[in-house]
Amino acid sequence: MQLSRTSRWSLRTITYLTIGIVYLPLAIVLVLSFNDSNALVWPPRGFTTHWWSTLTDVESAREALATSARIGIIAMLIAVVLGSLLAFGLQRFEFFGKNTLSFLAVLPIALPGIVTGVALRNTFVRFGWDLGYLSVVVGHATFCIVVVYNNVVARLRRLSPNLREASADLGAQPWQTFRYVTWPLMRSAVAAGAILAFALSFDEVVVTTFTAGAGVSTLPQWILNNFSRPNVLPYVTVVATIVMVISLPVAWLAQRLSDGPRER
Amino acid sequence: MHPVHRVGQRLERAPGLVPGLSRFFGARRRLALGTVVSGPLLWLVVVYLGSLALLVTSAFFRLDDFTGKSTSEWTVDNLDEAFTTGAYRTLVIRSVLIAASATLVCICIALPVAFYISRLARSWAKRGLVVALTIPLWAGYLVKAYALRAIFEPGGDNGGGFLNSVLGASPGFGYTATIVTLAYLWFPYMLLPVYTGFERLPDALLDASSDLGAGTLRTFRSVIFPLLIPSIAAGSIFTFSLSLGDYITVKVVGGTTQMIGNIIERTLLAPNQPLAAAFTLWPIGIMIVYLAVMGRLGAFKNL
Amino acid sequence: MKRARKVFTLSAVAMLTLAACGGDDGGGSGSDLPKELGEGEGAVNLVAWAGYVEDGSTDPAVDWVTSFEEETGCEVNVKIGNTSDEMVELMQSGEYDAVSASGDATLRLIAGGDVAPVNTELIPNYADVFDDLKNKPWNSVDGVSYGVPHGRGANVLAYNSEAGPAPTSIKDMFDPASPWAGKISVYDSPIYIADAAIYLMATQPELGITDPYALDADQFAAAIEALKTQESIVGQYWSLYTDQQAALESGSVTLGTSWQVIVNLASANAPSVMATKAEDGATGWSDTWMISSKAKHPNCAYKWLNHIISPEANAGVAEWFGEAPSNAKSCDLTADPNHCTTYHAGETEYWTNVYYWTTPTENCLDGRTDVKCIPYTEWVNAWNELRA
Repeated sequence: MQLSRTSRWSLRTITYLTIGIVYLPLAIVLVLSFNDSNALVWPPRGFTTHWWSTLTDVESAREALATSARIGIIAMLIAVVLGSLLAFGLQRFEFFGKNTLSFLAVLPIALPGIVTGVALRNTFVRFGWDLGYLSVVVGHATFCIVVVYNNVVARLRRLSPNLREASADLGAQPWQTFRYVTWPLMRSAVAAGAILAFALSFDEVVVTTFTAGAGVSTLPQWILNNFSRPNVLPYVTVVATIVMVISLPVAWLAQRLSDGPRER
Repeated sequence: MHPVHRVGQRLERAPGLVPGLSRFFGARRRLALGTVVSGPLLWLVVVYLGSLALLVTSAFFRLDDFTGKSTSEWTVDNLDEAFTTGAYRTLVIRSVLIAASATLVCICIALPVAFYISRLARSWAKRGLVVALTIPLWAGYLVKAYALRAIFEPGGDNGGGFLNSVLGASPGFGYTATIVTLAYLWFPYMLLPVYTGFERLPDALLDASSDLGAGTLRTFRSVIFPLLIPSIAAGSIFTFSLSLGDYITVKVVGGTTQMIGNIIERTLLAPNQPLAAAFTLWPIGIMIVYLAVMGRLGAFKNL
Repeated sequence: MKRARKVFTLSAVAMLTLAACGGDDGGGSGSDLPKELGEGEGAVNLVAWAGYVEDGSTDPAVDWVTSFEEETGCEVNVKIGNTSDEMVELMQSGEYDAVSASGDATLRLIAGGDVAPVNTELIPNYADVFDDLKNKPWNSVDGVSYGVPHGRGANVLAYNSEAGPAPTSIKDMFDPASPWAGKISVYDSPIYIADAAIYLMATQPELGITDPYALDADQFAAAIEALKTQESIVGQYWSLYTDQQAALESGSVTLGTSWQVIVNLASANAPSVMATKAEDGATGWSDTWMISSKAKHPNCAYKWLNHIISPEANAGVAEWFGEAPSNAKSCDLTADPNHCTTYHAGETEYWTNVYYWTTPTENCLDGRTDVKCIPYTEWVNAWNELRA
């Protein structure tokens, strides 16, 4: 497609300007992690590496990280199994009411988190179940299922049915077709969905606030609580920077997996 | 080809759990379907829909004035309060407008950016650019919100605030800051589907359009945009819903502004659980309508 | 689909039936007072006002939690409640063991059966508490004590001395022509309506308000009007205390209803921030530590109650927060020897003009029987509508 020089130039400018704006707040977080002050305000008051060097002493940060990781992994595993099953079922079979089910499968993410959180909390309290780890996992798994489902269903749609037919023509049983043909083609989508589900759970704060028990503190909750604790607040910027850096290769991996097996 | 054929024949009568199950379910499609979706279906229906149903019914109970607990008396007062009070209606309209504005901002930025990455960027750079723009998703919602707060801080006599320091002025906390922050936070959710949509556009179509003499803007308006509507609709589901229900961002950068999420949280913590449940009917209703419209536009084929 | 629909309908019906049959009733009985304390359970979950349970995370030198944890082996988890309403909601969930409740929460908690009577004989330090705090209408029912007093104080007016002279009256908070207009900070809770009532007591005495928590329909409507007018000059509605602190420091707020602890923290970074008390009267609090009726760690909870009203801890928190301690012996232990005098710790007459946070009820709290007063749920509804 032919584009005028102006169009080309303006599109490039918009893109790089956007990237710059997108990273501005993150850069501010990085700068503030060296700020010699208790508050998250700009401009920085002085330079110090105190927060970085004493991070390992902050026990609450370690616990919060561990809690978030644990909950994230469990929610991710549940989501991988249930989300893939659901995608497989909805993609592979034709049945009446399929559209309703597809609609239903999107609801946990389409309805605002506060609705999910309030609804789940109401259910737990009504039945007298203790709020704690399990309640948070249930909340997280619910929207994680949707993420995995989205990824897997998108991939399954892109797979040509010819491959399956060919496999069946050659005499393979359905489970063999699955194992040798379908699964290799869809597993990267499952992996991408799993990574995204973990990321979503790791960063989630609204549903967690409403479903967590007294002793549970995930990383986002720890951050939220620290806004009332000026002496621990600066560590939030340090932890955030570390998480950002660690997520660089993970985000790259997720994008690569979701592109799929050698597209284009 | 041959090995599979031979293997297939041999396994026709092979013993073993997996081949056995495979034969069993292969012949009974409905049972296979049922088994595959029953797990997730059970979860979604019982846990999620059940909770929603419970929430909706809880809106019909009266609150005991003094203890702050739900009684077993049925009443429509809560719904009456939530749906007929003028102040709350204004609040809902305001929330919808803010969410729509944030979505529009996302669309306006995602379209040119996705176009550039998909069509104009070098092929080795494409994935890098997409990753670069989606990394912030991993940076942590709260931290980003507070960073944007530091940016919008109007400062005062003691200085402060990024925009205030750099430009000398800042829109301060309020609608502008809220819309910009929401758009910033949810931008990757719009970019990804739109980018995927661009990638699927056949080159031939665009070439044909220029061959027929259409300029860039005309091609965009008549060819590209209509084809992208499903992707835009898909992306907008996330940005609209996340913006509509958000109550933390508004507290951080919105100044005295309140959105529907705030009134739900505030009422729940009052404590007045039935009235809070009544308020949640607003976003539930709005999103169901929104999802239906977006579904019409093809969003679900494109998630 | 048919099967799915059946499953959905069945489970929905099942849930609804269970929900309709179940349902919380109030009624914690007073008959199960513990007779003696057992071993600590290893942890205790508290709901507290910001500044009441300090473990060094706000200021490394301010810590009365670590000594408690070392002595009793009870690890402390604290959830900060920003308003009394939040605290009531948290206690209703049954997840927490003890709460520092203000008067506008205590009776609601008692009526809702969320807190249990407290056997004060198991709390040795209770003996040293000022007598005029024991067995008051907000912390006891029919002579049965429901908690131990924490301390009391009055809400202050925080102001920036560079923006103007110290305000003397609450009128500066409400008057549209106020010199502080646009940079005023208001506490975001329905209980603030009482402050509007105090404003009316000073500016519209013909309304006949004697108790800001006993408002009949006309008085209440006038208070809401005053608050609506106030909206145009308000810059911030705060519930998280660090939000007001940050605004005071940066200068975007120059006047507001506040607590002494916030002013102390803000003035450390912005020395021109100071506190004063309005002459026409102020709302205040007299807080009580209460124990949940569903406490999972009741022994640790009792130990905490004993610790927080011990002379050292009570002195620490009274000085940090800026309030009068409840333990008479704390007055000798405060770093500032005049602390108790400044905060009127032992002066019973002083407190008759401070309107402690209380739950408004239909039966007028000022004793009037000819009219009905507006109950708290209406306060909540009115405040929500105001803020929407």
